[in-house]
Amino acid sequence: MAETMDQIFVLLKHWIVGLLPVTVQPIASVLLSVVAIVGFFPALFALTVLLERKGLGRMQNRIGPNRVGPFGLLQPIADGIKSLTKEDIVPLSADATVHFLAPVVLVVAVFLGFAVLPMGRNMVLVDMDASLLFYFSIGASTELSVFMAGWSSRNKYSLLGAMRAVAQMISYEVPLLMSSVAVVMMTGSLSLVKIVEAQNHYTWGLPHWYIFTPWGFAGFVMFAVAATAETNRSPFDLPEGESELVAGYFTEYSGFKFALFFLGEYLAMFSISGLGATLFLGGWSAPFSFMTWVPSWIWFFSKLMLSIIVFIWLRGTLPRMRQDQLMNFAWKFVLPLTLLNLFVAGLWRFLGNGWERWVVCSAILIVAYAAMGKVGMRREHFGPRSYHYAE
Amino acid sequence: MSGMFFLISALAVGGGLAAVLLKNTVHCALALTLAFAGLALLFLQLDAQYAGFAQMLVYIGAVAILVVFAILLTRGSETPKDGVYSRNWFAGLVIAAAVFAMLGWAVLQSTSVLPHETAEPVVTVQQIGIALMGRYVLPLEIVALLLTAATIGAVIVAMHEKEGAK
Amino acid sequence: MTPLASYLLVAALLFSIGLAGALTRRNAILVLIGIELMLNAANLNLIAFWRFGPHPEALTGMMFAIFSIAVAAAEAAVGLGLVIQIHRHAKTTDLDAMNRMKG
Repeated sequence: MAETMDQIFVLLKHWIVGLLPVTVQPIASVLLSVVAIVGFFPALFALTVLLERKGLGRMQNRIGPNRVGPFGLLQPIADGIKSLTKEDIVPLSADATVHFLAPVVLVVAVFLGFAVLPMGRNMVLVDMDASLLFYFSIGASTELSVFMAGWSSRNKYSLLGAMRAVAQMISYEVPLLMSSVAVVMMTGSLSLVKIVEAQNHYTWGLPHWYIFTPWGFAGFVMFAVAATAETNRSPFDLPEGESELVAGYFTEYSGFKFALFFLGEYLAMFSISGLGATLFLGGWSAPFSFMTWVPSWIWFFSKLMLSIIVFIWLRGTLPRMRQDQLMNFAWKFVLPLTLLNLFVAGLWRFLGNGWERWVVCSAILIVAYAAMGKVGMRREHFGPRSYHYAE
Repeated sequence: MSGMFFLISALAVGGGLAAVLLKNTVHCALALTLAFAGLALLFLQLDAQYAGFAQMLVYIGAVAILVVFAILLTRGSETPKDGVYSRNWFAGLVIAAAVFAMLGWAVLQSTSVLPHETAEPVVTVQQIGIALMGRYVLPLEIVALLLTAATIGAVIVAMHEKEGAK
Repeated sequence: MTPLASYLLVAALLFSIGLAGALTRRNAILVLIGIELMLNAANLNLIAFWRFGPHPEALTGMMFAIFSIAVAAAEAAVGLGLVIQIHRHAKTTDLDAMNRMKG
């Protein structure tokens, strides 16, 4: 029974594909999975938008939207109707082709990333040997769409926002990759399916998730920081900060294209949360060995929603970082720590299986974190202030 | 050859043509990105998955963005007053055509001695890793040194000079 | 025409397009774009020969292409840094205007 519930989507797909003629079966199988992803994640996006507005509202001591439907549950539908029926304004001097293509490139690239996430036992769209590398290559293409959006609007605010966003995204790309490389090193494979399977073992009821090791914990924290910066979420959302840059690189977008950008951004957030869950939190494996009767896809999506809730929580709590503080943080703090994390992960494997490796690895990481915090984030000292008055 | 090959080659060659023919420099950079994507797809069709993904990651994710930033920092998006082609464009075109003719002739003449299609090589990333750390470890370390030197060099070359350092 | 020949012809076409771009455009950055196209065409050549050659399991062609990608990225970085610095000095990237040694 638990087995059937666990594989219910796979069995459903096999049944539907079995009803079709043999010649179209391969294509139908892939199309069905694609349709499931393309249908499900935008629905989750609608729910998340509502969750974010209500959650932020509560954190700011107000109620979120509550007019449309009970507890505001139909608010996403109202938002969707609004963005579909708004007039699509393209500035006269804007570059029409590039302006049109930018949201399309973003959404396509982000959807492609979902193809390699294992969402449950046997529930991967494409099982490639180098699926993590594929994910990161596709993620690198999203930066180009941000630049296209900002440049094609022929607007100084958009261009500034786009350049800041791209600079931020490429700076945090390296810590993102490096913290994942530690996981790849310990698993011995770039395939996300194998990474999950390596974490699916239990000792005394506790799982072998990588987050429960010192290098995995540090790696997860740095992955989370880099992921927040990659998706331009607060506290790293200077490129789209409403008080600084109007709306940054999507100032000139209205109506459906703006909705596409919004969709792309939230889907990127889901995608990277899914990746974080797969790499560090064990993907679809259950937390305790007595809970394996719960279907695997429920665990995956719970971990995804937990990460989303943490993102929303961060947005409501932390102030925005300035651009130079942000870049300083990336290059001088997070990147050296990720390199040290790689070294510590290697040390973990070679120190044998006892309690020594826990102590040594944790000690190295904690000392490095404290030392780097004091040294790497030093600022210049400013002299006394001088004022210029109009005479 | 299969239709997919023609489609992807058309994409790559079209992107390349657009990259050298268009007037607006940023459009050229975006067309170059299209050519890179087409080439990555060609690599994937040749069963070189690692090379295809590395091409996408490095070229589209880094080199294209670098080119675009350089265009923005040198105000390349403003059209120059003398046109975009240099004075001796015809000589350049003739040379390129001659090179293509020579290469094409060489490829077509030697069709009879070209090796025929072998079975699909199954290359796992583990084999590439073992090769990189075994047989090719010296080139790997040298490339690491090269990249460090290039990073430091690029930063120094493009840095703003300090005020009194004339 | 064998599959290998068609891949080689595509690579030759891309190479000559890149060469034409590098030789006919005024803007220094477009010359660099042409050079990147040429490097990519050479990579395609390498991978095509690796795939259709006698010993694909030796991975020689693929390794060569991967190192070539890394070196090309380094060269693009340094080249573009140079172009930016030249622009700061001469206020233009027009190669036809830079025909004197005097700065």
